[in-house]
Amino acid sequence: MSAVLSVNGLVVRFGGVHAVDDLSFEVRRNELLGLIGPNGAGKTTLMRALTGSVLPLSGRLTFRGVEIRTLPTHQRIRLGIGLSQQIVKPFPNLTAIDNVGFSAGGSNTQPVWKSLLRLSRVREREKARLLLQRLGIDEFADAMPGELPLGVLKRLELARVLALEPELLLLDEPLAGLNHIEAARIADIISGLVADGLTIILIEHNLGEVLRICSRMIVLDNGKKIAEGDPQAVMADQAVRAAYLGT
Amino acid sequence: MFGFDAYTISLATTVGISIAFALSLNLITGFCGQISLGHAAFYGIGAYSAALLTKGGFPFFPALLVAGVMAAAVGIVVGLASLRVRHDFLAITTMGVGFLFVGIVRQQEFLGGEMGISAIPDPGFGKLGYLGVVAGFALLVIAFTIYLKRSWMGYTFDTIASDEDTSRLLGIDTARYKLTAFAMGTGIAGVAGGLYAHNVRFIAADSFGFIESITVLSMVVIGGIGSVTGVVAAAILLSMLPQWFQFIDNYKLLLYGGLLFAVMRFSPNGLAGMFQLLPKVRRGGGL
Repeated sequence: MSAVLSVNGLVVRFGGVHAVDDLSFEVRRNELLGLIGPNGAGKTTLMRALTGSVLPLSGRLTFRGVEIRTLPTHQRIRLGIGLSQQIVKPFPNLTAIDNVGFSAGGSNTQPVWKSLLRLSRVREREKARLLLQRLGIDEFADAMPGELPLGVLKRLELARVLALEPELLLLDEPLAGLNHIEAARIADIISGLVADGLTIILIEHNLGEVLRICSRMIVLDNGKKIAEGDPQAVMADQAVRAAYLGT
Repeated sequence: MFGFDAYTISLATTVGISIAFALSLNLITGFCGQISLGHAAFYGIGAYSAALLTKGGFPFFPALLVAGVMAAAVGIVVGLASLRVRHDFLAITTMGVGFLFVGIVRQQEFLGGEMGISAIPDPGFGKLGYLGVVAGFALLVIAFTIYLKRSWMGYTFDTIASDEDTSRLLGIDTARYKLTAFAMGTGIAGVAGGLYAHNVRFIAADSFGFIESITVLSMVVIGGIGSVTGVVAAAILLSMLPQWFQFIDNYKLLLYGGLLFAVMRFSPNGLAGMFQLLPKVRRGGGL
């Protein structure tokens, strides 16, 4: 399978701390890659470097054959990268459907002057409703985010990023804070997205679900890659057990 | 003159200019979430540009247009600061721009220095005709901002005001949108400034200082940040209060400060939020 994303020698430094240290890996088309590691391993920093929220010191980031390391965030998103954030951040003054609808209407927001000429939200709302249905939260379409429980907000965050129609989906702890039943349901949804053709990098501390749904795994520790490969084999690795599980 | 006395016409003209000026700040601060404590500087740039042009023999309407363009050009430069700093840092930066404007104008002879610019030409429409021009512009700005709020540009401004980082993660070029908000808001303020200059026909730097910036911000906050109808209502109210009650004029800042405090304490969404809550109160829902 061809690589959708290639990371080569990526270094992200905060002051004297190497948050990501000479990291290289590839993400193959239509795979679900699990990215695990203890707190502070550099997982979220890596996601931020991929979306352009933090600028790497050096290294190469190639997405669909395009070097994206110096591109601003919005251009990376338009190229086909989508991020579902660890802490859900719906726009509080928009209803659930309008949160997703805004995301679905990306073409209406560029170029800037043309966005002044566009008024209709019908098509985008229709697309948003279908996504909310797909994620099982269409009954909350007209609710404000402040009225919704975390489980629904997690799905809303996922619906919003799916509305961008990304080719590579970055999921930062989508199961965090959920009970095991809800976590399993969302893990099934994620698995279904890959079956539909999406490529996903999943950061998650819920190892049970990661092992259940991921086809490959990378383990980070102190910004470095310490293991990569089949999930079961990776978890059996002595270095991983020492760094991640402390055994 | 259709039953209007000179005082009423003058008051209505002042109100019309205030509406356009307040809505111009509402576009930047209310719609796009970019705080500005130096908005009067753009009003001043428009006033000085238009006054100098018409004094130099330039026709009135093209002078107004140039005033808007000049203010928008400087607005874009200041808007660039909003790409680097946010929130309270942006507030301090824009406040600095306001002080800089007053400082520069006071030092420049060709801008009238401390004496200001007097004998600004009468546009020649008569008092009522001039009110018509101002009212037409104010209505145009009201219609434009209502339309903008409903457009995808307004939708996008709303998300940037709410969470700029998340907007960027949804593929929004937030820098361009913020610069557009600054260009449009400061451009409208510039035209309003040009109208002001030709209404009072004498301008000096002090008319565009920090107090004026806070006054217009009061209109936006008291009206309800981002609400067109609320800001229009607050602009009318705050422009007329000192005129109706002459004794207030000396305590204008005290009054505005008190109103700002009351709004922040009891109705953070301003007059607009208060009216939205009224039906709920009537149904016994309480505040």
